[in-house]
Amino acid sequence: MKYLDEYRDGRIARRLAQEITETATKHWVLMEICGGQTHTIMRYGLDELLPRNIELVHGPGCPVCVTPLETIDRAIALSLRADIILVSYGDMLRVPGSNADLFRAKAQGADVRIAYSPIEAIKIARNNPKRKVVFLAIGFETTAPANAMAAYQAKHEGLTNFSMLVSHVLVPPAIRALLASPSNRVQGFIAPGHVCTVMGCHEYEGLVRDFRIPMVVGGFEPVDLLQAILMLVKQLESGVAHVENQYVRSVSYQGNLPAQQILQEVFEVADQKWRGIGTIPRSGLRLRDGYAAYDADRIFDLELITADEPAECISAKVLQGLKKPTDCAAFAIRCTPENPLGAPMVSAEGACAAYYRYRRQPVAS
Amino acid sequence: MCLAIPGKILSADESNGLLVGRIQFGGIVRSARLDFVPEARVGDYVMVHVGFAISRVDEKEAERTYALLKEMGALEAELPPEDNESA
Repeated sequence: MKYLDEYRDGRIARRLAQEITETATKHWVLMEICGGQTHTIMRYGLDELLPRNIELVHGPGCPVCVTPLETIDRAIALSLRADIILVSYGDMLRVPGSNADLFRAKAQGADVRIAYSPIEAIKIARNNPKRKVVFLAIGFETTAPANAMAAYQAKHEGLTNFSMLVSHVLVPPAIRALLASPSNRVQGFIAPGHVCTVMGCHEYEGLVRDFRIPMVVGGFEPVDLLQAILMLVKQLESGVAHVENQYVRSVSYQGNLPAQQILQEVFEVADQKWRGIGTIPRSGLRLRDGYAAYDADRIFDLELITADEPAECISAKVLQGLKKPTDCAAFAIRCTPENPLGAPMVSAEGACAAYYRYRRQPVAS
Repeated sequence: MCLAIPGKILSADESNGLLVGRIQFGGIVRSARLDFVPEARVGDYVMVHVGFAISRVDEKEAERTYALLKEMGALEAELPPEDNESA
């Protein structure tokens, strides 16, 4: 397929890896934020193509992984009500809540449906006027405009049986929290290409200025990622820190203005809890007051549950790049995609799932 | 979740203020919303995420980057060709 195959060219990938090897004289720790990029790295073995002194650590950019346990528990509680159809992106169904997951709720008779797009949830609401449709609206800035459009459309169509249980997260405040942490080791970031497709690059300037750390907006194919790594290494080796854009075919400096406009219209920035990490100030989105009638948190009487993660799960450290999935004693033994202890083993973007799928053994050293 | 797939716009229509296109992804054709890329035209490639195009692929930028990358790969004459790989 055009714009995919050419960025999977093995010869270009090896040439880029060679240039990285020739350029890097010191040990550098780089983080890719996005779980989609983590999967590309593991799937194509890019980490093994790189020299030993380039260490890749994986970031928290997996929306399914960072959706709070409490949100999943509330989604399950809603789904078990006879008058409700709960609609979710497929990845969320096997994510463990404190006692169960949405799959188990479905097996118990809950009407849980999988949608590829929020527009499908709108259609379900239109076709089931006597029932209440709740859409579990999760995601980063990439997904937020689509979810915002669903709320906007519901309001303008006058749909009264549609609402959203919102758990939206934002990338720049999470990077800031990682960089401000005393345990941070990351020296350069690959910024997420599709988040920046929507939001542009300017949000990252403040982080570069405050922490003097290079940021390169990167795409999702192997050649994209290796080129982004080379751009980061070149900056680090010459002692400079800028925002650079590798993913120019999709990302412009100002981002997608119509998408930002709908986001602004429907959502406002709010404090947000990240599963395994805790609350990060102003790192999420909630529906504005004008959309209160579409906010499941406000229209349903939902119990506020607090729950603890299984003690054995180290996903909090994995999500912050402090541990690798293979450092976990439960990895591939007591924690598998079929029987996950934590969310990163479930999601198609979770780091644990990527290691399980492509690399069950630690890389020989 | 943040994945987006490049596809080619085959047709575009407006109904009730919503922009909807038929998009070709390899051999598959699906519809997607074009509300966020009003500048996109039939024949353009767009990146599609959860049923919405989030960008129009900048063909010139893509060609420029790829030409640079290709030049870089082509310089490496001693590398074995792709076909000899066992993987």
